[in-house]
Amino acid sequence: MILRIDQDHNRFRQIVRGKIKKDLRKHISSGELIGRRGKDLISIPLPQISIPQFIYGHKQTGGVGQGDGAVGTVLGPGDTEGNRQGAGNLPSDHLLEVDVTLDELAEMLGEELELPAIRPRGRKNIVSAKDRYTGIAKHGPETLRHFKRTYKETLKRAISTGTYRPDNPILIPIRQDRRYRTWKSSVVPQANAAIIYMMDVSGSMGEEQKEIVRIESFWIDTWLRHHYRGVEIRYIIHDAEAREVDRETFYHTRESGGTVISAAYKMCSKMIELEYPSDEWNIYCLHFSDGDNWSQGDTEECISILRKQLLPRVNLFCYGQVESPYGTGQFLVDMKEALAGEEQVALSKIENKDGIYESIKEFLGKGV
Amino acid sequence: MASLPPDLSQLQEEIEAHARSYGLDFFPVIFEILDYRSLNQVAAYGGFPTRYPHWRFGMEYEYLSKSYAYGLSKIYEMVINNDPCYAYLLQCNAQVDQKLVMAHVYAHCDFFKNNFSFSKTNRKMMDDMANHATRIRRSMDKFGVETVESFVDTCLSLENLIDPHAPFIVRDRPRVQEEGHRPAVRRMKSKSYMNDFINPPAMMEAQRLKMEEETRRLKHFPENPSRDVLRFLLEHAPLKNWQRDVLAIVRDEAYYFTPQAQTKIMNEGWATYWHSKLMTEKVLTDAEVIDYADHHSGTLGGRSGRLNPYKLGVELYRHIEDRWNKGRYGKEFDDCEDLVERARWDRKLGLGREKIFEVRRFCNDVTFIDNYLTEEFCHEQKLFLYDYNPKTGMYQISDREFRKVKQRLLFQLTNLGQPIISVTDGNFRNKGELLLKHDPQGLELKHDYARETLRNIQQIWGRPINLETVVDEKLRLISYNGEEFEEKDIADKVA
Repeated sequence: MILRIDQDHNRFRQIVRGKIKKDLRKHISSGELIGRRGKDLISIPLPQISIPQFIYGHKQTGGVGQGDGAVGTVLGPGDTEGNRQGAGNLPSDHLLEVDVTLDELAEMLGEELELPAIRPRGRKNIVSAKDRYTGIAKHGPETLRHFKRTYKETLKRAISTGTYRPDNPILIPIRQDRRYRTWKSSVVPQANAAIIYMMDVSGSMGEEQKEIVRIESFWIDTWLRHHYRGVEIRYIIHDAEAREVDRETFYHTRESGGTVISAAYKMCSKMIELEYPSDEWNIYCLHFSDGDNWSQGDTEECISILRKQLLPRVNLFCYGQVESPYGTGQFLVDMKEALAGEEQVALSKIENKDGIYESIKEFLGKGV
Repeated sequence: MASLPPDLSQLQEEIEAHARSYGLDFFPVIFEILDYRSLNQVAAYGGFPTRYPHWRFGMEYEYLSKSYAYGLSKIYEMVINNDPCYAYLLQCNAQVDQKLVMAHVYAHCDFFKNNFSFSKTNRKMMDDMANHATRIRRSMDKFGVETVESFVDTCLSLENLIDPHAPFIVRDRPRVQEEGHRPAVRRMKSKSYMNDFINPPAMMEAQRLKMEEETRRLKHFPENPSRDVLRFLLEHAPLKNWQRDVLAIVRDEAYYFTPQAQTKIMNEGWATYWHSKLMTEKVLTDAEVIDYADHHSGTLGGRSGRLNPYKLGVELYRHIEDRWNKGRYGKEFDDCEDLVERARWDRKLGLGREKIFEVRRFCNDVTFIDNYLTEEFCHEQKLFLYDYNPKTGMYQISDREFRKVKQRLLFQLTNLGQPIISVTDGNFRNKGELLLKHDPQGLELKHDYARETLRNIQQIWGRPINLETVVDEKLRLISYNGEEFEEKDIADKVA
């Protein structure tokens, strides 16, 4: 059913995406898609556009609240200013966020960027168990206690034994009243994926460039994890040489020195050969650099490794070129020339943080 | 929209009869049953089935839909001030929720019909909203969606520049103008040698100056400072017809919604008071008690520290009812200093119910709090003040003293918590510039917003705009001439 509001809604979405009425964008309270990160939950701010009016600044006003607490009790941070009209003037109203799981986040990402779902290749299926909460039982761990059912049981018992007093309706559940949620395990086939990140850490890649890589790879992780049950992620950094590192090092190392990209590709190829046979794994390789390679000869070698060793095995090879003031950006040009028309290759140029969404779309828009 | 299924329409009859038996008096109520998408749509439109096309309704819709989808909130009741009253039920709600909503709605409707703040509102707003939509759509067809929508944005930026009391006060009576007649100071008859005594020159001069001042004031434009800036712009700004139409629509709707903002605490409190009474005394079945209690406490609860208008409202009505039942009011009670006697005070007057009906007729949130929020109530309800602490960057509880709490609460409700801004001169500097004055009341405007808003007014007025306000504790004049902003201290200007 199409509602009348859909038209207004589309218009709002277009404004948020900056497609129309660009002058309104400056009033968007949060264009970033990613907010605070908890353990498994991510809070995403809902974008709000506020029309400017003559209003008081929030910080000056304070307000009236209700509840316990001595003078000086902290209520909440005041760093974000609320802008929903009429939503009250309390600190807790200032953040417009919803907590979502990573899975939901991936779905939203897909919706936002209109990404096609990934179709895992071949028969790379391993079986695994999945739990679903479906029933109620009399025994179980306290963390799964069903409060309402327990309360009802207690009330029933109190009434039937005549101990319920309406003027003092305190109920104390006993062991037999307790009810717990239970689950069923079901077996589902599972497709596995390996993601191999490669990044140029030569001197010309600055903090800002790494920040871009960090955000982009977070989204790619989220998206791939949404589609594959088992995901393994490996990190390779390179300057003139390549080495495997852990996640933390990957994002924070800064080396100086030259750039020989083929070293990373060789290492990646070896890793796949030894650990990720391509009939069991869906393989994703992503490489980020600022586009400066040591020599034209090395670039040719890279392309040859790609053609002969990587492309036949991987689902997707992505190269993201992060704009930096030092790089010439020649590598992307060469790659484009040599690999145009290859199904499994996605090339993208990321000029700044705003370019991230476009780039994710270029990488994941193929649905492989 | 489907009409109610038989079980619900029977329920409606039943609840309506109970509501009437308690003395609630309402317009006919029409319930529509909607799925959650349609309900979110109606909610985004402020309760109306249709509004003019505008992205902000889409934004509201997205917010509601996402909140619903992630389980943050669920709309329980929605009712519009109209004769007949329209109210909406969510299709997938359980029977007990539908009962709760219906009971709640009947009380709202009683409030709309009887509270004085609503007495001047348009009771056929449902039709008018649809007409507004048609008018704006027509303009969009003619002049382009982009153009018209942008102008709506501009008008909405000024939406709060109205005079909330205007419906009840005649601000400008039409004056009989004596054309071409220059009034002279009347002199008393006297012999010439007595003239200086009967008509002393000093007095004559003062009279003359006073009359001149009066004529100057009459020529002043506007005659008196006006808080209805929108009306001033409608009457005097060089607008095209369709623009004037858009501005008029925005102003109309702003006035329509004003009483709801002025009585939020009272209105929600009243509805909560009655749904609780109707449900617990008449409507609930035994099986529904727990679910009802769960949802009712959800309405009254909220994150700790928050002031919930439903809670504040209903508690204050109950407090008033109790006081008037026991005769805890008037000089004798106020003067009584014996705490034991005060605590036991009960004159068994039983006037409580009558009193709250009176309160719901004659008060708005400001007078409700001002007249009836007592020190006892403030302590019982654990009200406190909180403020922003720039050192820690946090909001902190700053005081629990009754007088201060009440004062802050009243201040926040005054003029709906909006700054008071009037148009004082439509021919400023004798150059056709507009001068607005902000009455600062110790608070400053959000500066970047103020500048953006000036930009929007300038688009409507065409000539430069000036705003007299306080920035960083200094009286300043912010001017915008269509190209750039200029800010200077007002003291400098005088010097």
